Amino acid sequence: MRREIPLLITGIVGIVFVLQYFIPHFPFNRMNAWFSDWFSIVAAFAIWLGALNLMKISFQKVFRRKSDWGYAVVIIMSFLLMAVVGFAEGKGFRDQGTAFDWLFQFVYTPLSATMFAILAFFVASASYRAFRARNFEATLLLLAAFLVMLGRVPTGDVLTGFMPEGMRLSAVASWIMNFPQTAGQRAIMIGIALGLVSTSLRIILGIERSHLGGGD
Amino acid sequence: MSTRAKELITIAIIAVFSVVIYILKITGVMTGIEFSGTVSTIIIIAIFLALLVILIRTLRGHLVDRRTVFLFIAFSVALPLLMNISQKITVSGEVEQVYNAVIDLQPGSRVLVSFDYDPASAPELQPMAESFLRLCFMRDLKVIVMGLWPQGPQQAELAMSTILEDDEMKAKNIKYGIDYVNLGYQAGNEFVVQRMGSDFKSMFRKDYSGRAYDDLPLVKNVKNFSNIDYSFNLSAGYPGTQEWVQVAVDRYGLKMGGGNTAVQAPMMYTYLNAGQLEGLLGGMSGGAEFEYLANFTGKATKYMLSQSFAHMVVVAFIIIGNAAFFRSGREKKL
Repeated sequence: MRREIPLLITGIVGIVFVLQYFIPHFPFNRMNAWFSDWFSIVAAFAIWLGALNLMKISFQKVFRRKSDWGYAVVIIMSFLLMAVVGFAEGKGFRDQGTAFDWLFQFVYTPLSATMFAILAFFVASASYRAFRARNFEATLLLLAAFLVMLGRVPTGDVLTGFMPEGMRLSAVASWIMNFPQTAGQRAIMIGIALGLVSTSLRIILGIERSHLGGGD
Repeated sequence: MSTRAKELITIAIIAVFSVVIYILKITGVMTGIEFSGTVSTIIIIAIFLALLVILIRTLRGHLVDRRTVFLFIAFSVALPLLMNISQKITVSGEVEQVYNAVIDLQPGSRVLVSFDYDPASAPELQPMAESFLRLCFMRDLKVIVMGLWPQGPQQAELAMSTILEDDEMKAKNIKYGIDYVNLGYQAGNEFVVQRMGSDFKSMFRKDYSGRAYDDLPLVKNVKNFSNIDYSFNLSAGYPGTQEWVQVAVDRYGLKMGGGNTAVQAPMMYTYLNAGQLEGLLGGMSGGAEFEYLANFTGKATKYMLSQSFAHMVVVAFIIIGNAAFFRSGREKKL
Protein backbone atom coordinates (compact mmCIF):
# COMPACT_ATOMS: atom_id res chain seq x y z
CA MET A 1 0.00 0.00 0.00
CA ARG A 2 2.95 2.33 0.58
CA ARG A 3 3.50 2.38 -3.16
CA GLU A 4 -0.01 1.87 -4.51
CA ILE A 5 -1.66 4.83 -2.74
CA PRO A 6 0.93 7.44 -3.85
CA LEU A 7 0.75 6.01 -7.38
CA LEU A 8 -3.05 6.29 -7.35
CA ILE A 9 -2.93 9.88 -6.05
CA THR A 10 -0.34 10.84 -8.69
CA GLY A 11 -2.38 9.22 -11.47
CA ILE A 12 -5.72 10.81 -10.50
CA VAL A 13 -4.29 14.29 -9.87
CA GLY A 14 -2.23 14.19 -13.07
CA ILE A 15 -5.18 13.12 -15.23
CA VAL A 16 -7.48 15.74 -13.64
CA PHE A 17 -4.94 18.52 -14.28
CA VAL A 18 -4.66 17.49 -17.94
CA LEU A 19 -8.45 17.21 -18.38
CA GLN A 20 -9.31 20.49 -16.65
CA TYR A 21 -7.04 22.37 -19.06
CA PHE A 22 -9.20 21.24 -21.99
CA ILE A 23 -12.55 20.99 -20.13
CA PRO A 24 -12.66 23.84 -17.58
CA HIS A 25 -16.16 22.91 -16.38
CA PHE A 26 -17.73 20.92 -13.55
CA PRO A 27 -16.48 18.58 -12.12
CA PHE A 28 -12.96 19.18 -13.39
CA ASN A 29 -12.83 22.89 -12.46
CA ARG A 30 -13.87 22.01 -8.90
CA MET A 31 -11.35 19.19 -8.68
CA ASN A 32 -8.66 21.50 -10.06
CA ALA A 33 -9.43 24.00 -7.27
CA TRP A 34 -9.26 21.28 -4.61
CA PHE A 35 -5.99 19.88 -5.84
CA SER A 36 -4.43 23.33 -6.26
CA ASP A 37 -5.42 24.24 -2.69
CA TRP A 38 -4.00 20.96 -1.47
CA PHE A 39 -0.80 21.65 -3.35
CA SER A 40 -0.47 25.01 -1.56
CA ILE A 41 -1.05 23.29 1.80
CA VAL A 42 1.51 20.57 1.05
CA ALA A 43 3.98 23.24 -0.22
CA ALA A 44 3.54 25.22 3.04
CA PHE A 45 4.30 22.07 5.05
CA ALA A 46 7.28 21.40 2.79
CA ILE A 47 8.79 24.73 3.91
CA TRP A 48 8.53 23.59 7.54
CA LEU A 49 9.90 20.20 6.62
CA GLY A 50 12.83 21.84 4.82
CA ALA A 51 13.61 24.09 7.78
CA LEU A 52 13.43 21.25 10.30
CA ASN A 53 15.49 18.99 8.08
CA LEU A 54 18.16 21.69 7.78
CA MET A 55 18.28 21.92 11.57
CA LYS A 56 18.48 18.16 11.98
CA ILE A 57 21.36 17.85 9.50
CA SER A 58 23.17 20.84 11.03
CA PHE A 59 22.85 19.51 14.60
CA GLN A 60 24.09 16.08 13.48
CA LYS A 61 27.07 17.74 11.83
CA VAL A 62 27.93 19.63 15.00
CA PHE A 63 27.47 16.70 17.40
CA ARG A 64 29.48 14.31 15.19
CA ARG A 65 32.18 16.98 14.58
CA LYS A 66 32.03 16.42 10.82
CA SER A 67 34.20 18.54 8.51
CA ASP A 68 33.31 22.26 8.45
CA TRP A 69 30.97 21.82 11.44
CA GLY A 70 31.63 25.45 12.31
CA TYR A 71 29.44 26.52 9.38
CA ALA A 72 26.64 24.35 10.78
CA VAL A 73 26.90 26.29 14.05
CA VAL A 74 26.47 29.53 12.10
CA ILE A 75 23.36 28.08 10.38
CA ILE A 76 21.81 27.01 13.69
CA MET A 77 22.57 30.32 15.40
CA SER A 78 21.24 32.36 12.47
CA PHE A 79 18.09 30.25 12.20
CA LEU A 80 17.37 30.49 15.92
CA LEU A 81 18.12 34.22 16.00
CA MET A 82 15.69 35.01 13.17
CA ALA A 83 13.03 32.65 14.55
CA VAL A 84 13.26 33.90 18.15
CA VAL A 85 13.30 37.59 17.15
CA GLY A 86 10.41 37.02 14.71
CA PHE A 87 8.23 35.16 17.22
CA ALA A 88 9.07 37.60 20.04
CA GLU A 89 7.84 40.54 18.01
CA GLY A 90 4.50 38.95 17.28
CA LYS A 91 2.16 39.70 14.40
CA GLY A 92 3.88 42.84 13.13
CA PHE A 93 7.36 41.32 13.10
CA ARG A 94 8.02 42.47 9.51
CA ASP A 95 7.00 46.09 10.09
CA GLN A 96 9.60 48.78 9.62
CA GLY A 97 11.73 49.49 12.64
CA THR A 98 11.39 46.05 14.20
CA ALA A 99 14.48 44.01 15.08
CA PHE A 100 13.43 41.38 12.55
CA ASP A 101 13.23 44.02 9.82
CA TRP A 102 16.68 45.33 10.85
CA LEU A 103 18.15 41.82 10.61
CA PHE A 104 16.48 41.36 7.23
CA GLN A 105 17.65 44.70 5.80
CA PHE A 106 21.12 44.95 7.26
CA VAL A 107 22.24 41.35 7.71
CA TYR A 108 20.30 38.99 5.45
CA THR A 109 20.02 41.31 2.43
CA PRO A 110 23.72 42.32 2.22
CA LEU A 111 24.86 38.73 2.83
CA SER A 112 22.59 37.38 0.08
CA ALA A 113 23.63 40.15 -2.30
CA THR A 114 27.28 39.39 -1.53
CA MET A 115 26.83 35.73 -2.42
CA PHE A 116 25.29 36.72 -5.75
CA ALA A 117 27.92 39.40 -6.36
CA ILE A 118 30.72 36.85 -6.03
CA LEU A 119 29.44 35.51 -9.36
CA ALA A 120 30.95 38.55 -11.10
CA PHE A 121 34.43 37.55 -9.92
CA PHE A 122 34.04 33.94 -10.95
CA VAL A 123 32.56 34.86 -14.33
CA ALA A 124 35.51 37.19 -15.00
CA SER A 125 38.05 34.60 -13.88
CA ALA A 126 36.36 31.79 -15.83
CA SER A 127 36.13 33.98 -18.95
CA TYR A 128 39.83 34.76 -18.69
CA ARG A 129 40.86 31.15 -18.26
CA ALA A 130 38.37 29.23 -20.40
CA PHE A 131 36.87 31.48 -23.09
CA ARG A 132 39.14 30.49 -25.98
CA ALA A 133 38.86 30.69 -29.76
CA ARG A 134 39.76 26.99 -30.05
CA ASN A 135 37.62 26.22 -33.11
CA PHE A 136 34.95 27.78 -35.34
CA GLU A 137 32.03 27.19 -32.89
CA ALA A 138 33.99 28.51 -29.92
CA THR A 139 35.04 31.58 -31.92
CA LEU A 140 31.43 32.22 -32.89
CA LEU A 141 30.37 32.00 -29.23
CA LEU A 142 33.25 34.25 -28.22
CA LEU A 143 32.31 36.88 -30.80
CA ALA A 144 28.64 36.79 -29.79
CA ALA A 145 29.55 37.17 -26.11
CA PHE A 146 31.90 40.01 -26.99
CA LEU A 147 29.27 41.92 -28.94
CA VAL A 148 26.48 41.35 -26.42
CA MET A 149 28.67 42.30 -23.44
CA LEU A 150 29.69 45.54 -25.08
CA GLY A 151 26.32 46.22 -26.70
CA ARG A 152 24.40 45.81 -23.44
CA VAL A 153 26.19 48.73 -21.78
CA PRO A 154 26.33 52.37 -22.94
CA THR A 155 30.08 52.01 -23.62
CA GLY A 156 29.25 49.92 -26.69
CA ASP A 157 27.48 52.80 -28.37
CA VAL A 158 30.23 55.21 -27.35
CA LEU A 159 32.80 53.00 -29.10
CA THR A 160 30.66 52.71 -32.26
CA GLY A 161 29.14 56.18 -32.13
CA PHE A 162 30.59 57.04 -35.57
CA MET A 163 28.54 54.27 -37.24
CA PRO A 164 24.93 54.48 -38.47
CA GLU A 165 22.41 53.85 -35.67
CA GLY A 166 21.34 50.43 -36.91
CA MET A 167 24.92 49.17 -36.96
CA ARG A 168 25.98 50.30 -33.50
CA LEU A 169 26.80 47.71 -30.87
CA SER A 170 23.49 48.10 -29.02
CA ALA A 171 21.60 47.29 -32.26
CA VAL A 172 23.89 44.34 -32.99
CA ALA A 173 23.41 43.02 -29.43
CA SER A 174 19.63 43.38 -29.77
CA TRP A 175 19.72 41.49 -33.08
CA ILE A 176 21.74 38.65 -31.52
CA MET A 177 19.34 38.44 -28.57
CA ASN A 178 16.21 38.56 -30.72
CA PHE A 179 17.18 36.16 -33.49
CA PRO A 180 20.02 33.64 -33.11
CA GLN A 181 19.69 33.54 -29.31
CA THR A 182 15.90 33.18 -29.40
CA ALA A 183 16.13 30.44 -32.03
CA GLY A 184 18.57 28.52 -29.83
CA GLN A 185 16.42 29.04 -26.72
CA ARG A 186 13.33 27.81 -28.60
CA ALA A 187 15.10 24.66 -29.70
CA ILE A 188 16.18 23.97 -26.11
CA MET A 189 12.72 24.76 -24.70
CA ILE A 190 10.91 22.56 -27.23
CA GLY A 191 13.30 19.74 -26.41
CA ILE A 192 12.74 20.20 -22.67
CA ALA A 193 8.96 20.39 -23.17
CA LEU A 194 8.89 17.13 -25.13
CA GLY A 195 10.99 15.47 -22.44
CA LEU A 196 8.67 16.84 -19.73
CA VAL A 197 5.57 15.52 -21.52
CA SER A 198 7.02 12.03 -21.85
CA THR A 199 8.31 11.99 -18.24
CA SER A 200 4.99 13.33 -16.92
CA LEU A 201 3.08 10.63 -18.81
CA ARG A 202 5.38 7.97 -17.40
CA ILE A 203 4.82 9.30 -13.85
CA ILE A 204 1.02 9.62 -14.28
CA LEU A 205 0.78 6.10 -15.70
CA GLY A 206 2.97 4.72 -12.90
CA ILE A 207 5.78 3.57 -15.19
CA GLU A 208 8.32 5.98 -13.68
CA ARG A 209 8.41 5.40 -9.90
CA SER A 210 11.74 6.85 -8.81
CA HIS A 211 9.96 9.76 -7.05
CA LEU A 212 8.56 7.23 -4.56
CA GLY A 213 12.08 6.49 -3.37
CA GLY A 214 12.56 3.11 -5.02
CA GLY A 215 14.94 2.20 -7.79
CA ASP A 216 12.38 0.56 -10.09
CA MET B 1 52.04 32.18 7.16
CA SER B 2 49.49 29.37 6.84
CA THR B 3 46.50 29.56 4.48
CA ARG B 4 44.11 29.46 7.47
CA ALA B 5 45.85 32.49 9.01
CA LYS B 6 45.65 34.37 5.70
CA GLU B 7 41.94 33.56 5.47
CA LEU B 8 41.32 34.80 9.01
CA ILE B 9 43.25 38.03 8.38
CA THR B 10 41.26 38.62 5.16
CA ILE B 11 37.94 38.03 6.99
CA ALA B 12 39.04 40.39 9.79
CA ILE B 13 40.00 43.13 7.28
CA ILE B 14 36.67 42.74 5.45
CA ALA B 15 34.76 42.85 8.76
CA VAL B 16 36.57 46.01 9.92
CA PHE B 17 36.09 47.61 6.47
CA SER B 18 32.34 46.76 6.53
CA VAL B 19 31.90 48.22 10.03
CA VAL B 20 33.76 51.42 9.04
CA ILE B 21 31.66 51.81 5.87
CA TYR B 22 28.46 51.17 7.88
CA ILE B 23 29.42 53.81 10.48
CA LEU B 24 30.31 56.30 7.72
CA LYS B 25 26.98 55.55 6.03
CA ILE B 26 24.77 56.00 9.09
CA THR B 27 26.62 59.15 10.13
CA GLY B 28 26.10 60.58 6.62
CA VAL B 29 29.82 61.02 5.89
CA MET B 30 29.64 58.72 2.82
CA THR B 31 26.81 60.61 1.15
CA GLY B 32 28.76 63.50 -0.31
CA ILE B 33 31.87 61.61 -1.42
CA GLU B 34 32.40 61.87 -5.16
CA PHE B 35 35.44 61.88 -7.46
CA SER B 36 36.02 64.98 -9.57
CA GLY B 37 36.15 64.68 -13.36
CA THR B 38 39.97 64.82 -13.33
CA VAL B 39 40.31 62.08 -10.70
CA SER B 40 37.80 59.92 -12.60
CA THR B 41 39.78 60.37 -15.83
CA ILE B 42 43.05 59.51 -14.06
CA ILE B 43 41.48 56.33 -12.61
CA ILE B 44 40.13 55.26 -16.01
CA ILE B 45 43.51 55.86 -17.69
CA ALA B 46 45.31 54.01 -14.85
CA ILE B 47 43.05 50.96 -15.23
CA PHE B 48 43.47 51.01 -19.02
CA LEU B 49 47.28 51.29 -18.74
CA ALA B 50 47.39 48.50 -16.15
CA LEU B 51 45.43 46.23 -18.50
CA LEU B 52 47.80 47.17 -21.34
CA VAL B 53 50.79 46.26 -19.16
CA ILE B 54 49.17 42.90 -18.35
CA LEU B 55 48.60 42.27 -22.08
CA ILE B 56 52.23 43.08 -22.91
CA ARG B 57 53.50 40.89 -20.05
CA THR B 58 51.21 38.07 -21.21
CA LEU B 59 52.60 38.33 -24.75
CA ARG B 60 56.07 38.03 -23.21
CA GLY B 61 55.02 34.86 -21.45
CA HIS B 62 54.15 36.10 -17.95
CA LEU B 63 50.64 34.97 -17.11
CA VAL B 64 48.56 36.80 -14.52
CA ASP B 65 47.12 35.07 -11.51
CA ARG B 66 43.32 34.85 -11.15
CA ARG B 67 43.56 36.99 -8.02
CA THR B 68 44.70 39.86 -10.26
CA VAL B 69 41.48 39.39 -12.26
CA PHE B 70 39.49 39.53 -9.00
CA LEU B 71 41.28 42.74 -8.01
CA PHE B 72 40.51 44.41 -11.35
CA ILE B 73 36.84 43.41 -11.11
CA ALA B 74 36.66 44.79 -7.55
CA PHE B 75 38.12 48.14 -8.67
CA SER B 76 36.01 48.31 -11.82
CA VAL B 77 32.82 47.76 -9.82
CA ALA B 78 33.61 49.82 -6.73
CA LEU B 79 35.38 52.92 -8.05
CA PRO B 80 32.73 53.98 -10.63
CA LEU B 81 30.20 54.18 -7.77
CA LEU B 82 32.07 57.32 -6.68
CA MET B 83 32.36 58.79 -10.17
CA ASN B 84 29.99 61.29 -11.69
CA ILE B 85 30.08 60.41 -15.38
CA SER B 86 26.86 60.54 -17.38
CA GLN B 87 26.27 57.88 -20.00
CA LYS B 88 23.97 57.98 -23.00
CA ILE B 89 21.31 55.32 -22.51
CA THR B 90 19.98 53.68 -25.68
CA VAL B 91 16.47 52.37 -25.12
CA SER B 92 15.66 48.93 -26.52
CA GLY B 93 12.28 48.00 -27.99
CA GLU B 94 11.34 45.56 -25.23
CA VAL B 95 11.84 48.18 -22.50
CA GLU B 96 9.83 50.73 -24.46
CA GLN B 97 7.03 48.17 -24.67
CA VAL B 98 6.74 47.98 -20.86
CA TYR B 99 6.82 51.75 -20.59
CA ASN B 100 4.16 52.19 -23.29
CA ALA B 101 1.95 49.55 -21.67
CA VAL B 102 1.97 51.54 -18.41
CA ILE B 103 1.52 54.89 -20.14
CA ASP B 104 -1.45 53.58 -22.14
CA LEU B 105 -3.35 52.56 -18.99
CA GLN B 106 -6.14 54.84 -17.82
CA PRO B 107 -5.79 56.39 -14.34
CA GLY B 108 -7.36 54.05 -11.81
CA SER B 109 -6.40 50.92 -13.75
CA ARG B 110 -5.30 47.97 -11.64
CA VAL B 111 -1.73 46.72 -12.01
CA LEU B 112 -0.61 43.45 -10.45
CA VAL B 113 3.09 43.31 -9.52
CA SER B 114 4.52 39.99 -8.42
CA PHE B 115 7.83 40.14 -6.53
CA ASP B 116 9.35 36.76 -7.26
CA TYR B 117 12.87 37.27 -5.99
CA ASP B 118 14.87 37.46 -2.79
CA PRO B 119 17.58 39.83 -1.51
CA ALA B 120 20.27 38.02 -3.53
CA SER B 121 18.84 39.48 -6.76
CA ALA B 122 17.78 42.77 -5.20
CA PRO B 123 20.71 44.82 -6.61
CA GLU B 124 19.41 44.07 -10.11
CA LEU B 125 15.66 43.91 -9.53
CA GLN B 126 15.03 46.39 -6.73
CA PRO B 127 15.82 49.46 -8.92
CA MET B 128 13.37 48.10 -11.52
CA ALA B 129 10.73 47.59 -8.84
CA GLU B 130 11.17 51.10 -7.51
CA SER B 131 11.04 52.83 -10.91
CA PHE B 132 8.08 50.72 -12.08
CA LEU B 133 6.04 51.37 -8.92
CA ARG B 134 6.98 55.04 -9.06
CA LEU B 135 5.72 55.35 -12.64
CA CYS B 136 2.49 53.54 -11.71
CA PHE B 137 1.80 55.99 -8.88
CA MET B 138 2.76 58.96 -11.05
CA ARG B 139 0.12 57.75 -13.55
CA ASP B 140 -2.46 57.29 -10.74
CA LEU B 141 -2.64 53.54 -11.23
CA LYS B 142 -3.71 51.16 -8.48
CA VAL B 143 -1.06 48.64 -7.52
CA ILE B 144 -1.63 45.15 -6.13
CA VAL B 145 1.57 43.54 -4.89
CA MET B 146 2.19 39.87 -4.10
CA GLY B 147 4.99 37.29 -4.12
CA LEU B 148 5.58 33.69 -5.05
CA TRP B 149 8.92 33.84 -3.21
CA PRO B 150 8.78 34.10 0.61
CA GLN B 151 10.97 37.23 0.71
CA GLY B 152 9.24 38.88 -2.26
CA PRO B 153 6.58 40.84 -0.33
CA GLN B 154 9.25 42.15 2.04
CA GLN B 155 11.22 43.41 -0.97
CA ALA B 156 8.00 45.09 -2.10
CA GLU B 157 7.67 46.80 1.28
CA LEU B 158 11.25 48.06 0.99
CA ALA B 159 10.61 49.41 -2.51
CA MET B 160 7.38 51.02 -1.38
CA SER B 161 8.99 52.68 1.65
CA THR B 162 11.80 54.04 -0.56
CA ILE B 163 9.54 55.61 -3.15
CA LEU B 164 7.01 56.93 -0.63
CA GLU B 165 9.80 59.09 0.86
CA ASP B 166 9.97 60.96 -2.46
CA ASP B 167 8.41 64.43 -2.31
CA GLU B 168 6.46 63.85 -5.54
CA MET B 169 4.98 60.68 -4.07
CA LYS B 170 4.16 62.42 -0.79
CA ALA B 171 2.21 64.99 -2.78
CA LYS B 172 0.16 62.16 -4.31
CA ASN B 173 -1.04 61.18 -0.82
CA ILE B 174 -0.87 57.45 -1.55
CA LYS B 175 -2.95 55.38 0.85
CA TYR B 176 -2.64 51.71 1.70
CA GLY B 177 -5.74 49.72 0.81
CA ILE B 178 -6.95 52.33 -1.67
CA ASP B 179 -3.95 53.03 -3.92
CA TYR B 180 -1.90 49.92 -3.23
CA VAL B 181 -2.16 46.62 -1.44
CA ASN B 182 0.44 44.04 -0.47
CA LEU B 183 -1.20 40.61 -0.53
CA GLY B 184 1.92 38.88 0.77
CA TYR B 185 3.39 35.48 -0.01
CA GLN B 186 1.55 32.32 -0.85
CA ALA B 187 3.22 28.92 -1.14
CA GLY B 188 2.41 26.76 -4.15
CA ASN B 189 4.33 28.24 -7.08
CA GLU B 190 2.38 28.10 -10.39
CA PHE B 191 -0.62 26.57 -8.63
CA VAL B 192 -1.09 29.89 -6.85
CA VAL B 193 -1.24 31.61 -10.24
CA GLN B 194 -3.67 28.99 -11.49
CA ARG B 195 -6.01 29.48 -8.52
CA MET B 196 -5.78 33.25 -8.90
CA GLY B 197 -7.13 32.73 -12.40
CA SER B 198 -10.45 31.71 -10.88
CA ASP B 199 -10.35 33.34 -7.43
CA PHE B 200 -7.76 35.70 -5.89
CA LYS B 201 -9.33 35.47 -2.46
CA SER B 202 -8.90 31.71 -2.23
CA MET B 203 -5.13 32.26 -2.23
CA PHE B 204 -4.98 35.51 -0.23
CA ARG B 205 -7.60 35.50 2.49
CA LYS B 206 -5.53 38.10 4.35
CA ASP B 207 -3.00 40.67 3.18
CA TYR B 208 0.64 41.00 4.26
CA SER B 209 -0.28 42.79 7.50
CA GLY B 210 -3.15 40.45 8.34
CA ARG B 211 -6.13 42.52 7.12
CA ALA B 212 -8.98 40.53 5.60
CA TYR B 213 -9.20 40.58 1.80
CA ASP B 214 -12.74 41.97 1.84
CA ASP B 215 -11.67 44.88 4.10
CA LEU B 216 -9.32 46.22 1.43
CA PRO B 217 -11.25 48.59 -0.87
CA LEU B 218 -8.79 48.17 -3.74
CA VAL B 219 -9.15 44.41 -4.05
CA LYS B 220 -12.53 43.55 -2.58
CA ASN B 221 -14.03 43.64 -6.09
CA VAL B 222 -11.09 41.88 -7.70
CA LYS B 223 -12.25 38.35 -8.42
CA ASN B 224 -9.62 37.10 -10.87
CA PHE B 225 -7.27 38.16 -13.67
CA SER B 226 -10.13 39.64 -15.69
CA ASN B 227 -10.12 42.51 -13.16
CA ILE B 228 -6.43 43.24 -13.74
CA ASP B 229 -5.43 45.64 -16.53
CA TYR B 230 -1.71 44.95 -16.62
CA SER B 231 0.70 42.78 -14.75
CA PHE B 232 4.43 43.08 -14.15
CA ASN B 233 6.55 40.23 -12.88
CA LEU B 234 9.91 40.78 -11.22
CA SER B 235 11.62 37.45 -11.41
CA ALA B 236 14.94 35.85 -10.49
CA GLY B 237 14.17 32.21 -11.30
CA TYR B 238 11.55 29.60 -10.42
CA PRO B 239 8.70 30.35 -9.92
CA GLY B 240 8.81 33.46 -12.05
CA THR B 241 7.99 35.01 -15.40
CA GLN B 242 7.99 31.69 -17.26
CA GLU B 243 5.31 30.23 -14.96
CA TRP B 244 3.25 33.43 -15.08
CA VAL B 245 3.32 33.37 -18.89
CA GLN B 246 2.43 29.69 -19.08
CA VAL B 247 -0.52 29.97 -16.71
CA ALA B 248 -1.77 33.55 -16.37
CA VAL B 249 -0.99 34.79 -19.89
CA ASP B 250 -1.64 31.69 -22.00
CA ARG B 251 -4.62 30.42 -20.11
CA TYR B 252 -6.31 33.50 -18.68
CA GLY B 253 -5.19 36.14 -21.20
CA LEU B 254 -3.47 38.42 -18.67
CA LYS B 255 -1.40 41.25 -20.18
CA MET B 256 2.05 40.97 -18.73
CA GLY B 257 5.51 42.51 -18.82
CA GLY B 258 8.61 41.11 -17.15
CA GLY B 259 11.57 42.41 -15.21
CA ASN B 260 14.26 39.75 -15.05
CA THR B 261 17.81 39.30 -13.91
CA ALA B 262 20.33 39.47 -16.77
CA VAL B 263 20.98 35.73 -16.40
CA GLN B 264 17.30 34.86 -16.86
CA ALA B 265 16.35 37.47 -19.46
CA PRO B 266 17.62 35.60 -22.57
CA MET B 267 15.08 32.82 -21.92
CA MET B 268 12.25 35.35 -21.96
CA TYR B 269 12.93 36.53 -25.52
CA THR B 270 11.05 33.49 -26.85
CA TYR B 271 7.90 34.67 -25.05
CA LEU B 272 8.58 38.28 -25.96
CA ASN B 273 8.92 37.58 -29.68
CA ALA B 274 5.82 35.38 -29.62
CA GLY B 275 3.81 38.27 -28.16
CA GLN B 276 3.07 36.41 -24.91
CA LEU B 277 5.13 38.92 -22.96
CA GLU B 278 4.41 42.61 -23.43
CA GLY B 279 7.81 44.07 -22.76
CA LEU B 280 10.89 43.03 -20.85
CA LEU B 281 13.42 44.75 -18.60
CA GLY B 282 16.57 42.64 -18.66
CA GLY B 283 19.06 43.14 -15.87
CA MET B 284 20.54 46.40 -14.71
CA SER B 285 20.62 47.86 -18.24
CA GLY B 286 16.87 47.21 -18.66
CA GLY B 287 16.27 49.01 -15.37
CA ALA B 288 18.42 51.96 -16.44
CA GLU B 289 16.60 52.21 -19.80
CA PHE B 290 13.25 52.19 -18.00
CA GLU B 291 14.42 54.91 -15.62
CA TYR B 292 15.55 56.97 -18.62
CA LEU B 293 12.09 56.65 -20.22
CA ALA B 294 10.36 57.42 -16.93
CA ASN B 295 12.56 60.51 -16.60
CA PHE B 296 13.88 59.39 -13.25
CA THR B 297 17.49 58.90 -12.14
CA GLY B 298 17.41 55.88 -9.89
CA LYS B 299 19.83 53.23 -8.70
CA ALA B 300 19.98 51.38 -12.05
CA THR B 301 21.24 54.49 -13.87
CA LYS B 302 23.82 55.10 -11.14
CA TYR B 303 25.02 51.49 -11.11
CA MET B 304 25.26 51.24 -14.92
CA LEU B 305 28.68 52.90 -14.86
CA SER B 306 29.99 50.06 -12.68
CA GLN B 307 28.44 47.51 -15.02
CA SER B 308 29.99 49.23 -18.06
CA PHE B 309 33.41 49.17 -16.41
CA ALA B 310 33.06 45.55 -15.33
CA HIS B 311 32.02 44.47 -18.85
CA MET B 312 34.99 46.30 -20.34
CA VAL B 313 37.39 44.65 -17.89
CA VAL B 314 35.95 41.18 -18.59
CA VAL B 315 36.29 41.80 -22.34
CA ALA B 316 39.88 42.95 -21.79
CA PHE B 317 40.71 39.79 -19.84
CA ILE B 318 39.14 37.60 -22.53
CA ILE B 319 41.47 39.31 -25.05
CA ILE B 320 44.44 38.80 -22.69
CA GLY B 321 43.50 35.16 -22.14
CA ASN B 322 43.28 34.54 -25.89
CA ALA B 323 46.57 36.35 -26.43
CA ALA B 324 48.17 33.91 -24.00
CA PHE B 325 46.41 31.00 -25.70
CA PHE B 326 47.67 31.88 -29.19
CA ARG B 327 51.12 32.80 -27.95
CA SER B 328 51.53 29.39 -26.35
CA GLY B 329 50.57 27.57 -29.55
CA ARG B 330 46.96 26.96 -28.38
CA GLU B 331 48.03 24.60 -25.61
CA LYS B 332 48.81 26.44 -22.42
CA LYS B 333 46.18 26.45 -19.68
CA LEU B 334 45.81 29.43 -17.34
